[in-house]
Amino acid sequence: MADKTILKVEDITVEFNGAAVLKNLSFEVKEGEVLTILGPNGAGKTVLLKALLGVIPFKGKVIWQEGVKIGYVPQRLPFIKDIPMSVGEFLKLKKVSSHEIKEILQSINLEKNILKKTAGDLSSGQFQRILVGWALLSAPQVLLFDEPTTGIDIGGQETIYDFLEKLQKERNLTILLVTHDLSVVYEMASHCLCLNKKMLSYSLPKELDSSRLSRLYGGEVKFHHHDSHHRKHD
Amino acid sequence: MIAITESMTNEFLFSLIAGVFIGGAAGYLGSLMLTKRMALVGDALGHVALPGMGLALLLGLDTSFGAFFFLLLGIFLIWLFEMRTSLPTEALVGVVFVASLAAGFLIVPEPELLEALFGDISDVSLGMALASVLFSALIFFIIKRVYSGLILASISGDLAKSEGINVQRQNFIYLFLIAALVALGVKIVGTLLVGALVIIPAATARNLSTNLREYVFWSIAFGIISCFLGALLYIYTGLPAGPMIILVSTFFFLISLVLKK
Repeated sequence: MADKTILKVEDITVEFNGAAVLKNLSFEVKEGEVLTILGPNGAGKTVLLKALLGVIPFKGKVIWQEGVKIGYVPQRLPFIKDIPMSVGEFLKLKKVSSHEIKEILQSINLEKNILKKTAGDLSSGQFQRILVGWALLSAPQVLLFDEPTTGIDIGGQETIYDFLEKLQKERNLTILLVTHDLSVVYEMASHCLCLNKKMLSYSLPKELDSSRLSRLYGGEVKFHHHDSHHRKHD
Repeated sequence: MIAITESMTNEFLFSLIAGVFIGGAAGYLGSLMLTKRMALVGDALGHVALPGMGLALLLGLDTSFGAFFFLLLGIFLIWLFEMRTSLPTEALVGVVFVASLAAGFLIVPEPELLEALFGDISDVSLGMALASVLFSALIFFIIKRVYSGLILASISGDLAKSEGINVQRQNFIYLFLIAALVALGVKIVGTLLVGALVIIPAATARNLSTNLREYVFWSIAFGIISCFLGALLYIYTGLPAGPMIILVSTFFFLISLVLKK
């Protein structure tokens, strides 16, 4: 089962107003893998996720395994603050039963009373959990996760990555994760895609060395001890 | 003498009924427009309705009919301009609405100008009341159908699309609903005030609500109450109904500022 292909991307290119934001990208993802997508700001990471979701136009081919369900966790939803809306009402927009919502709350480790809270008032950590819950509500096999915020309290001692790792095992998920956090790449990823408009490399995390990373982020950056939870922020 | 009183009572009743239904639908639609950050679109489109009302008056047709036709034309023009330039939509809306106001001012016959600008519910017939009820109810049910999709799209277009919602189609229906409602609303409060008819109840409700259910409920409730009380005030004082409705609505808004959650 482990080597069954769940996603095949063939030579995709995304253009905005004639300028290529992504160019000639090809890769494959197997079932149960965690693929991290690494790259500087403006490298087209979010654009790649959107193309995989099919919500923006692109050239080339994105072939998902037949019948596969995809859950999408967006980076953040700033506009939700403009709307008076409880967490329960937000999750109900997904057209699921109250029962399903209660089940998901257990998975994302939140109490039932959060459903009555106003979504815009949640802490960013709690809201991120809700967004993961949103994505999980359709019982997806694949989770596309756009840049989990690192270093925030999502409740207890658990980091968002412990949480993801647990979910992945529980639900046998394939995860595509956009991140800046190199420690995640080293700890969690089965493969890493380095992206800067075009694909710079597709490799095992351990093959990511400082020369590759400085090529990705520009010459200035040096990572001598990439196993020491070194984090890159721009 | 008695006959006159009776016919006047009927007219009052008809204008109350028309006002209540249009007000409710306006409040409901307004709650959507506020969340989509399109608070001033109703205002702008109100002006676009003016030349249509003028032409309808000249041709002896119903003013709402003329307004609706011109609203569709105005929306189409804005959409067309949008394809041809990278100017922000609000600039294009601005151009279309002042041009309409200018053209409308020339077209609308002078005796009816005030009525077109500020509304008039003094001569609502049974047919007009029934049509208002019918179209308001229709608008109401269509809004109900597309509401959750449009709310999701206003939170995030990508999230909506990834749920398989056809955002473009929803937006088209939404614009169509605005056009229909503005066409009804101009009868009650006129082209200058129709934007307020739509937005103020929602703004009031926004101040008082912590969730969507309350927000929708209060938007509709304030839409209805404002039109009802405004029409009553008109009946008892003889002051023009359009401005009375908007002032009542504004009064509730001011109270909501004090009670704000």
